[in-house]
Amino acid sequence: MRNTAFSSRALRSPKVSPLHPLQHGWRVSRALFASQYALMLEYRAEILLWALAGMVPFIMLAVWIQSPAGAALGMGPTQLARYFLAAFVVRQFTVAWVMTVFEEDALQGRLSPMLLQPLHPFWRYLASHFAEQAIRLPFVVLIASLFFLVLPWAFWVPTPQRALLTLAATFLAFVLNFLIQCTMACMCFWSDRVNALERLIYIPMLFLSGTAAPLEAFPPALRRLAEATPFPLLVHFPAQLLSGGEVQIAAGFTALAIWIAGLFLLMTLLWRIGVKRYGAMGA
Amino acid sequence: MADRGQALWSDGSLMGNPLVRYLLTLRRLWGTSLAMQFEYQANLVLEVVAAVANLLGSLLLLSLFYGQGRALGGWSWPQALVVLGVYTLLEGITSTWLRPNLSTIVGHVQQGTLDFVLLKPIDSQFWLSTTKVSLMGLPEIATGLGLMVWAAARAGIKTTPWLLIQTLLMLVASGLLLYSLWFLVSTTSIWFVKTWNATEVLRAALSSGRYPISAFPTAVRRFFTMVLPVAFLTTVPAEAMLGRLTLPWLLLSLVVACLGLALSRAFWQFALRSYTSASS
Repeated sequence: MRNTAFSSRALRSPKVSPLHPLQHGWRVSRALFASQYALMLEYRAEILLWALAGMVPFIMLAVWIQSPAGAALGMGPTQLARYFLAAFVVRQFTVAWVMTVFEEDALQGRLSPMLLQPLHPFWRYLASHFAEQAIRLPFVVLIASLFFLVLPWAFWVPTPQRALLTLAATFLAFVLNFLIQCTMACMCFWSDRVNALERLIYIPMLFLSGTAAPLEAFPPALRRLAEATPFPLLVHFPAQLLSGGEVQIAAGFTALAIWIAGLFLLMTLLWRIGVKRYGAMGA
Repeated sequence: MADRGQALWSDGSLMGNPLVRYLLTLRRLWGTSLAMQFEYQANLVLEVVAAVANLLGSLLLLSLFYGQGRALGGWSWPQALVVLGVYTLLEGITSTWLRPNLSTIVGHVQQGTLDFVLLKPIDSQFWLSTTKVSLMGLPEIATGLGLMVWAAARAGIKTTPWLLIQTLLMLVASGLLLYSLWFLVSTTSIWFVKTWNATEVLRAALSSGRYPISAFPTAVRRFFTMVLPVAFLTTVPAEAMLGRLTLPWLLLSLVVACLGLALSRAFWQFALRSYTSASS
């Protein structure tokens, strides 16, 4: 009697009994985040350096503030300082590096065991990006505080409405950048040198996203061209929201939604075709 | 040490001369390094595309500060283009010479293979700084030089031999200074093993060299002259090309380059003193 009771309890133990899909998803994501956070914590010195490597907006601010071009644009020193600080902050939380890791995992053969798991490899990368952002947060707060210490007149508090919209836009911008990277990473199934492609995508990211200059400064034709690409959505749109500049809110969110949906479909399609071609490295 | 070096190179009579020995070593190393790269010809096509796109982006960015009678820090459009040309050239030099070599230091420290480098009968800094050469930067070197020459002509400069010598001298000084900065940053990996990103920070800071130093506010200008000498990297060679570099600045630039080299040398030897090899 006892034995049967024991074994039936064993059968009902969480390992064996089927979990509700949501519950299962919650457990998996919690475990993924916890493990990736522990992993990323090892690299906190590197993450600080990486945060510092995003200083380009500050350099550009120095040039813009000194130039009469800023005033001609209708942006005074205060607005310029706020814009470029916002661009710096937004960029810190929209960085994605899927291509680099995925290429390495594919070349080193780590991808094969990952494909055997009942979990899409990209979820793991997503968790590691979130973990990295959590570690980056205090560094960003520190750098922003230093910024206000040097330029106290630029200090501002965004309205609660703008703050919420910025959070949403930054998150969606991160998702968009992550999907851009995932889509390009799928090219790994066709070529084993995706590195060079990443170098190429870095160029419009710098010049068209609004990192180096607010898009308002562009000649009209060029601005329209830039806005036809997803790059301004990654920095310019959230940064304008945060810095309290003039921005078309509904249009921005619509564009984000369209790009995210389109890239998601494309990425899924490329993955399905690509993974069939995949024969592991060296095969 | 000298005896052993000679014994290893005993196949030629000239080998006893250290300079010849180093030059012949270089030729051998670069030959292998280049041969390896011809394996990946598609990459080179992409690099050409990247160089052109980068140049277009830089031109766009710079053009935003011009028009309607505006100028950047007192530099006319063609004059500012000379600065951009020097910057592009230095970027090319970075991808051809600095990144391929100096980015290996971290790996050597991490895997303990720095021991093998230190045991070679050749100077370790020389070995780490020169073994590799990459074709990746050639498109940028070409566009940079082209832009410099074209923009200087547009600025109405007549190239005299003295002007060319001066410019060349300043470019060499700037290249050596850039090397020193890169080497100093890469050397820190002896202590902080995991800092691959340190050179990325340097690269971001050096992107200020796209603009003439007078485009920055006074405090920033001082920082980029005295703390991180970006002014000597791009503005000074551009001034030389435009024929308006004064003798004190020319001499100062040479002094700064020599100081940079001496500092990188001293820092490397200091770092090696605290190197205890991997796993110890």
